[in-house]
This record gives sequence, C-alpha cells and structure tokens, in this order.
Amino acid sequence: MESIGNIILYFVVALIMALCSVLTVTTRKILRAATYLLFVLLGTAVVYFQLGYQFLGAVQIAVYAGGILVLFVFSILLTQRPGDPAAYLEAHRKFIGGFAALVGVALLAVALCTYPLIDGMSLTEALSQGTPDMAQIGKYLLSTEKFGYLLPFEAISVLLLACIIGGITIARHK
Amino acid sequence: MNLTMLMYLIPSLIMFACGVYGFITRKNLIAILISLELMLNSVDLNFVIFNRFLFPGQMEGMFFTLFAIGIAAAETALAIAIVINIFRSIKNIDVRKITKMKF
Repeated sequence: MESIGNIILYFVVALIMALCSVLTVTTRKILRAATYLLFVLLGTAVVYFQLGYQFLGAVQIAVYAGGILVLFVFSILLTQRPGDPAAYLEAHRKFIGGFAALVGVALLAVALCTYPLIDGMSLTEALSQGTPDMAQIGKYLLSTEKFGYLLPFEAISVLLLACIIGGITIARHK
Repeated sequence: MNLTMLMYLIPSLIMFACGVYGFITRKNLIAILISLELMLNSVDLNFVIFNRFLFPGQMEGMFFTLFAIGIAAAETALAIAIVINIFRSIKNIDVRKITKMKF
C-alpha cells in the first residue's frame, strides 16, 4: 500500500510529462517546444527522486535542465527569430508520423500488458530493498572490481574532451 | 492502490511515441534534436524503472542512465555546433533546404 502523497505525486507528474511531451512535438513555436521539453525533463527528475535515485535526479536537473536546455535556447536564438511559427505540416507527413507513433504505442502496449515480469512488486516494496547512497555510488564509480565502473568513467572523460575539441573545431570562424 | 512498474512505464511510452512523431514530422533541425532528446530521455527513464522494480538491490540501471546522460550531453553539444555552422553557411536550418554536405 502506497502513501497517498506518493500516489498524488505520481499522477501529477505522469500527467505533466505526457501532456508536455505531446505539446513539445505539436507546438508551432520552437521556443515553446524547448520550454515544454524543460517540463518533461523536470518531471523525469521528479520520477528519479520518487524512485529513490536522488543523485540521478540531481544529475538530470543539472545536466539536462540546466545544460542542454540552455544550449537549445541559445541555438534557437542564434538561428531564427523565436516568435516565428513553423509552417503548417503537409497532411501526408503528419499521417506518416502519427501512424509510426501510434503503431509503436500499440505494439509496445501489447508487449507491456502481456509480459510476465510486469506484475512484480509495488513501489514501497521495491524501495524497502534499499536506495543507493552517495558513498556507495562514488565507490562503484571509481572501482575496478566486480560492478565497478572505472573504465566507462574514464572513457566518458575522454569522450567529453573529444567533444570539447570537436565543438571548437566545428563552430570556429574560418 | 499500488504504484506498479506498468504505471511508470506508460508516461515513458507516451514520451517515446511523441519523440518518434516529432522526429518524422519536424522540418527544423533544432526541433528534430528536441524530439531526439525526448526519445533519449524516455529510454533513460526506462532503465531506472527496470532497475528499481526488477532488481531493487542493484545499481546497474542507474549507472547506465548516468553514463547515457553524459553521452547525450556531448552529442547535443556537437549537434548544435554543427547546426550553427550550417546556419552560418546557408542561413537556414530547414532540412528541406540542406541538400549538399559540402560547406
């Protein structure tokens, strides 16, 4: 049995996430699309917090909502007048997109409803098995033993360095 | 009433479908990138949900999402650098008008 606050929080966040993701792809003004995306990302962060992954929720807010969204807004302001609405979609393209999305939803919904693993434990039960704390996360990130993540940690640092150099090289004035 | 895994997977499913729809219908490169972010985000969310409800004692899903967020940030930064560069050379980021790769 869940606490009533958890249930209310779930429904509010799920509704906001579903609504804002629909609005993100249907609004004609690109800056509004970026704003709706921000709400989707924040809703995701709330879900991470609710599922007991506090560090991940903080990372989600810092990197996605704080970093990537700002990049999007900057690039929108650099490349077009933000008030201009996009042109109306052609009917056949809308149909193809809607068809792909609906077929995807239908197939995945059938898969979700028939898969045996789905009716597992409830949230309270799952949370009672312990949530990762910061010390544990740090230890695993820098460990080379079983369940250690030192190699991907270092690989991603090289990736980010390559990304910085690549960004400078691509965007530099000739 | 119990909050089960299915209830968390449904918003994520809707998010992914919206991403697919936006990726196909949008014409603006930045709008396409935004749709891509929606899809990436829903996949990240799924990793965490599976981790919490199927293997609650472990942290693999969380670490996978952590690295995926880092890679998504790198990918977006590079993609936006490319978009701005395209805008600089042809003054437009409409995918219908970008027909040659040389700039």
